[in-house]
Parts: sequence; structure tokens; C-alpha cells
Amino acid sequence: MAASVVEMSAPRNRGVIRESQGSAASAEIHAEMTGIKRIYPATGGGPGVHALGPVDLKLARGEFYSVVGPSGCGKSTLLDVLAGLSAPTEGHILFEGREVAGKVPPGVGVVFQEDAAFPWLTVEDNIAFGLRRAGTDAAEVERRVAYAIGFMGLKDFRKAYPSQLSGGMRQRVCIARTLVMQPRLILLDEPFGALDAQTRLLMGDELLKLWRETGATVMLITHALDEAAMLSDRIGVMSARPGRLIADIRTDWPRDRDSRIAAEESFGQITSQLWRLLRDESVKAAGMAGAKG
Amino acid sequence: MNRVVWIRTAVVVGFILLLELLCRYGVIGRMTMIPPSEMATHLWRLLQSGRANADIAETLSNVAVAFASAVVGGFVIGSILHSVPRLRRAVDPFLATYYAIPFFAFYPLLVVIFGLNAAPIILIGFLFGVVAMIINTMNGLDRIPRVLIKTARVNGLGPVRTAWLIKLPSAAPQLFTGIKLAIAYSFIGVIAAEFIMSTSGLGYSIAFAFNNFDNRTMYALMLFIITLVTIVNAFFHVWERRIMARRGR
Repeated sequence: MAASVVEMSAPRNRGVIRESQGSAASAEIHAEMTGIKRIYPATGGGPGVHALGPVDLKLARGEFYSVVGPSGCGKSTLLDVLAGLSAPTEGHILFEGREVAGKVPPGVGVVFQEDAAFPWLTVEDNIAFGLRRAGTDAAEVERRVAYAIGFMGLKDFRKAYPSQLSGGMRQRVCIARTLVMQPRLILLDEPFGALDAQTRLLMGDELLKLWRETGATVMLITHALDEAAMLSDRIGVMSARPGRLIADIRTDWPRDRDSRIAAEESFGQITSQLWRLLRDESVKAAGMAGAKG
Repeated sequence: MNRVVWIRTAVVVGFILLLELLCRYGVIGRMTMIPPSEMATHLWRLLQSGRANADIAETLSNVAVAFASAVVGGFVIGSILHSVPRLRRAVDPFLATYYAIPFFAFYPLLVVIFGLNAAPIILIGFLFGVVAMIINTMNGLDRIPRVLIKTARVNGLGPVRTAWLIKLPSAAPQLFTGIKLAIAYSFIGVIAAEFIMSTSGLGYSIAFAFNNFDNRTMYALMLFIITLVTIVNAFFHVWERRIMARRGR
């Protein structure tokens, strides 16, 4: 199994990003970003911060796409913009053919890195939160919550409060809360960033299971190259700030996969390819951080 | 009951017994203090006779109005200051030094403005409590994790439902601290104001008994206030513990 890499433009000319054979161009486009830029306005007389772009990205329906990049490159900004949590300074976003305009469209679910479980609600009530707010029928809420609780292995904790759970369990609650809404596009912003290595591997397996069962399109933001290599159909590599997509790697993993593919030879190849692409960008990002600090 | 509760109870009971003995054996003279048992029996008689009912009702209603307006006003002002950072930065020094102001010195001015009625007393109770509520409201709103607000947006909640379903419960521990302080400060403000310059209420009755060497009534009413404030605080304490237990604190 060999991964294919498409470097999207020469480093000196990253303003022009070309989607090519490795992209989702041929499959049904589920979400699309065109010419996206995010510039944070100046505060206190200083210059504005160009955080992102220009970025062009197409996500095929049902694909598992990951974005890797150095710290502070704008990965989370990219996710916020695609989710409709933050409006782009320039460019357009389409989800299922409709413009995303600073509002999270129905059918989009987001899982964050930070602990987003509501501490005042039980596991069960946390998971049912979105459904109840949407006015879903009580029997349907119960059915979907019971399924999500079983799926995420939270059966023994349904009446527990988040403070009684470990970090990994709390993140499962947040994933379950997203799952019950039956999103067609799931955006994950470093969801396992705060977890230990073993829990991350297991959560990765759960995520793959969820992806297969729901058939949703997934975009995962991560700084862990092995996580991206293990989980994704396709990986976008971002440059140092302002974040631009500089390469597109296809993994060619079978849909039915789990963390055991980490033992495969091509897993190592993909990870080293990612690092080769990212090394210079990470050095640049670290230098910028050093200069800033 | 756990060991800490036993120790706490033993300290209180021991202190009361010590006072009882010191008073009974004349170490503390009757003109200074009467034995605690006598305070309790006299309070019982006072409550049975109904002589103090009007004063109790007046003080409690003054405290209730001062407390409710401090909580509501403090919450509203705190929320506004939280949402207008520039205004907050401008008034921050006033809030920080607020409790250094001796409010009772302004009591004559308040009487001139509002007249010799309940209004100046309630106002002092309110002024005592409101800033504690403002500060704790701002603290609570400051501490709401941004990710919870993002989660609200992902779930399609508008500003009102976000405030009600996310911000309010998230800020509840700090709001509770504000409420507890507001009730304590309202009691202090109202009773102290009645004590200094009023013609009715518990504070006034204590001052009246004091001026007339009526130690039994004075101590009976003091015992009543201590008991009442302890019960109110215990109620809030239990309520707070229930809320916190859910959050693992």
C-alpha cells in the first residue's frame, strides 16, 4: 500500500493552491472552501494578524480528512471558519451546496479539544442537550441517547456528573453529544490533545468506528502526525502562519481499519513524509514564537 | 456526624456553658451580661407575648427587600459591566475601594432625601450587598469557558437561550457566593441602620433596651438575630453544598 503525495505549490508561491489528482475533486463535494482568508483586526494600534489563507479545500462526502500543521498555524481557525463559528475575512464556504455565513449550519457537529461537557448536567443530560434544545420527541431522545451511551461505552456512567469522570471519558461524552445529533459533517479540533498516548489510540479506534457507522464526512485537526496517518483517507499539511495548505497526502487505507495499521510499513512512510513536509514549517513557527516571546 | 462536626458543636456548646458559669457565679456581672439560659427563656417569653412581632416583621421585610434588590441589581449591573469592558475598566477602582466607604456616615443625608421611613434603611442594606453581587457576577461570567459558548452556538442557541441554559448554570458557583454575601451584608446594613437612627425594627429595639438598661430584652433580641442569621446561612450552605457536590467540588 503506497501513499500518494501531492505538493500543492512551490513554497515561494503558496498563494496559489491547486487541487489536483490527490484531491476530492472527482467525488461528490460535501463541503468546499474557496479563497478563505482570516485576518484578525489590529488592536491597540498594532498591525492585524493574518492567521489563515488563502485556503482552498474540498471535502468529499464520507471522507476522513485530517489537517496537520505547526503550532499556531491557523488549524483551529480553519475549523472555526468551516463550522461557521467564525466568519472569514475573504472567501466563501459551501456546505451541501449552501453558503455558510457565520452560523453553524444544521448537520454540522463539532468536538473541541477543551473539556466541553456541562459540569452541571449528568452524562445522560449532557448527551441529550442538543436533541432537547432542537425539540426532538422524548422517545426519540431516549432512543438516540441510549444508543450513543452504549456506542461510547458510557453505560455505567449515565447518571454520573463530568467531574466524576476521567478526561478521556469526558471527551467521549462530548463525542456522544455530537453523535446523537446525527451530523453529516463532523469537525474535530484536536479532540484527543489532552489525553495520554494509549487513550488517544483507543479513542482513535472509536472515532473510526463512529465514522464508519454514521457515514459522515470527518475533518480532524491534529498536531499528532501518527494520529493523522492512522485515521485519515487524506491529510492536508499546513504551513506556518498564515496557514496555507502546502501538500495533500492520500493514505489509501481500507475503510475498515483500526489502530493496528500503525504496525504497517506504509504507516511509517506516511508519518515520515508528513514530518519531511512539516519540519521546515515547524522550525519557522518555533522561530516566530521565539521572536514573539 | 463526622468528627469535624462534633468538634465544632463541642466548641459552641463549651463556649455557651462557660458563659453560663461565668454569669451564674458573678465573674461577669448582670449589668454586663445575663446567663445564656436566661437569654433563651426571656426570648421564648418575648416571642410568646407577641411584643416583638411587629419589629421582627419589619426588620425581616426590610432585609428581604434589600437582599432581593441587591441580588437582582447586582446581577444586572455585573452583567452589563461584563459585556462593556471599557465601562468595567473605568469603574473597577470604585468597586475595589467600595467597602472602604463608611456608609452609615451618610445616613442623615439619606433621611433628608427619603424621610424617616424604611427607605433609607433598605437603601443601606442594598448598598452593602449590591457590590458583592456585582463583583461575583462578573467573576462568574469571566470564568465561563469559551468552549461552552462555542458549544451553544454549535447547538444553534441564540443569545437568550445561551444566557439561560449555559451562562447562568456555568456561573452559578460564583453567583451563589454573591448571593450568600448579599444576604449577610443586607442583614448587617439593615440592623445597623435601624440601630443608629430608626423608630422601629429589631436594631432599634436592641438600642432601646440598651439605653434603658433592659439587658434581658437586649440579649434576647441579640440571641434571636444570631439564631435567625445562623439558620439562613445554614440553609444557603446546604444548598451550595448540593450544587457543588454535583460538580465534584
